[in-house]
Amino acid sequence: MKKKVENAYGQNVSVKNANLWYGDFQALKNISVEIPEKQVTAFIGPSGCGKSTFLKCFNRMNDLVSGCKIEGDFRIGEIDIYGKIDVNELRKNVGMVFQKPNPFPMSVYDNIAYGPRTFGITKRSKLDEIVETSLRQAAMWDELKDRLHKSALGLSGGQQQRLCIARSLAAKPKILLMDEPTSALDPISTGKIEELMEELKKEITIVIVTHNMQQATRIADKTAFFLLGELIEYGDTDDIFTSPKDERTERYITGRFG
Amino acid sequence: MSIRKIFEEELGALKTELVEMCHLTEQMIENAITALVNRDRELGKSIGQMDKRVDEYEMDIEKRCMRILLKQQPVAKDFREVSTALKMITDIERFGDQASDIGDLVCTMSGEKYIKKLTHITAMGNLAVKMVRESVNSFINNNKSLADEVIQLDDEMDELFLTVKNELIELIKKDGKNGDQAIELMMVAKYLERIGDHAVNVAEWTKYNETGVHVKV
Repeated sequence: MKKKVENAYGQNVSVKNANLWYGDFQALKNISVEIPEKQVTAFIGPSGCGKSTFLKCFNRMNDLVSGCKIEGDFRIGEIDIYGKIDVNELRKNVGMVFQKPNPFPMSVYDNIAYGPRTFGITKRSKLDEIVETSLRQAAMWDELKDRLHKSALGLSGGQQQRLCIARSLAAKPKILLMDEPTSALDPISTGKIEELMEELKKEITIVIVTHNMQQATRIADKTAFFLLGELIEYGDTDDIFTSPKDERTERYITGRFG
Repeated sequence: MSIRKIFEEELGALKTELVEMCHLTEQMIENAITALVNRDRELGKSIGQMDKRVDEYEMDIEKRCMRILLKQQPVAKDFREVSTALKMITDIERFGDQASDIGDLVCTMSGEKYIKKLTHITAMGNLAVKMVRESVNSFINNNKSLADEVIQLDDEMDELFLTVKNELIELIKKDGKNGDQAIELMMVAKYLERIGDHAVNVAEWTKYNETGVHVKV
C-alpha cells in the first residue's frame, strides 16, 4: 500500500495558470510551465522576480508564509499537490536544498538518518545502508566514512552543502529543488555540486534557481526567465542563451538591464 | 568603466579590425585584376606581400575573439556577434588567398598576348569586390537584406563564370595552342568565382548573427 503512494508521484512538474499573492502583492502572475522529468531546469531572473517563490510552490513551502494565497493547477506527475494530499509525503518526494547550507547540529550520520527515522525506519542496518547510499550518491562517502559520528557543523561550507544534498537524497526524492545552492560556495565546491547534479539527473528531476548565468548554461537542459512575477521565456538552455526570443530575456542575460 | 561598456568597446575594436582586413582584401582583388589587364608582373607579385598582412589580421582578430569569449563569456546576440566574426575571418582570409593566387598567375603569364578580351573576367573582378565589401558591411551594419543581396549576386557571378568557361573551351577547340593560356585564365575565373562563394558564406553568417539560425544556401 505504501509503495503505491510513493509511485503515485511522477517526476515531471506541470503548472497551469499559477498566481500567488503575499497579502496584496502579486508575486506570481499567471504562470504555466511543463518541467520535464530527469532533466535540470534552471530558473533565472533578477532578485524579486518570483523565481524562488515559484520553486517553493513545488513542495508547498509557501504554505508556511502567512498571508500567502496561491491559485492555479500544480501537478507532480498526476498528483494535484494543492489538493487533498499528505504534505509530508509531498516533501519526501520533492526535496529541497537552500542557498545557505543548513546541517542540523548533530553528527553527519544523524543528519542523513533524520528523515528516514521520521518516516519510521529504526533498524540500524537499514539506516546504515541509507546513510552510505546517500553519501555515495552525493559523492561524499570516501570523504566522510571515517567522520560519520563527528558533528556536521565541523565540515567546510561546500561539504555541508553536499551533506544537505545527501540528506535530501536519503528520502529518495523524485524531484530535487535547489535554491541558489552554490552562491555561498567557492568554485571548487561549486564544481563538485554541478558534477553531482549531472550525475543525479539520471535518476532525479532537478529544478535550480541560480543567479549565475554560466552555471545555467553549464548544467541546465531547460531555462526559464522570470521578470516581475511573470515567466517571460522558457525553452532549451542553448536556445535561451544563443537566440532568446524575447528582448527582455536578451537584455537581462547580456547585462543590459536598467 | 562598466563591464558592459568594456565589452562594447572590445566589440567595436573587433569590428574596426574586421573592416580593415576586408578593405585590404578588396584592394588585393582590385590589384589582381589591374595586374592581369596590364600584364603587370610587379603588381602581381606585390599581392603576395599584402596577403601576409591579411594572415596577420586573421590571427589578431582570432585572438581578440578568443579573449572576448574567455573574459566576457557573451551570450545571445553578443555571443552570436563574436562567434560570427570568428567564423567570418576564415572566409575573409580566403579572399586574400584567392587574390594572391591570381597575382601568382599574372606573374607566369605576363609576357603573353591575351587570346581573348578580358571583359567578362574584369566584370567578375568588379563583382567580387562588390560582394566582398557588401558581405562584410552587412555584418557590420546588422543588415540582413544586404546579406540577401550578396547571396543573389552570386548567381550573376556563376553566369559570368560559365560564359568565360564556354569561351575558353571554344578557343581551345579552335586552336590547341590556346590551351596553356586558356587554362590559366580559367583558373583566374575560378578563383574569382570562389571569392563569390566565400562572400556568400560571410553573408550567411550575417544572417545567423541576425536570426540565430545558420542556413546554407
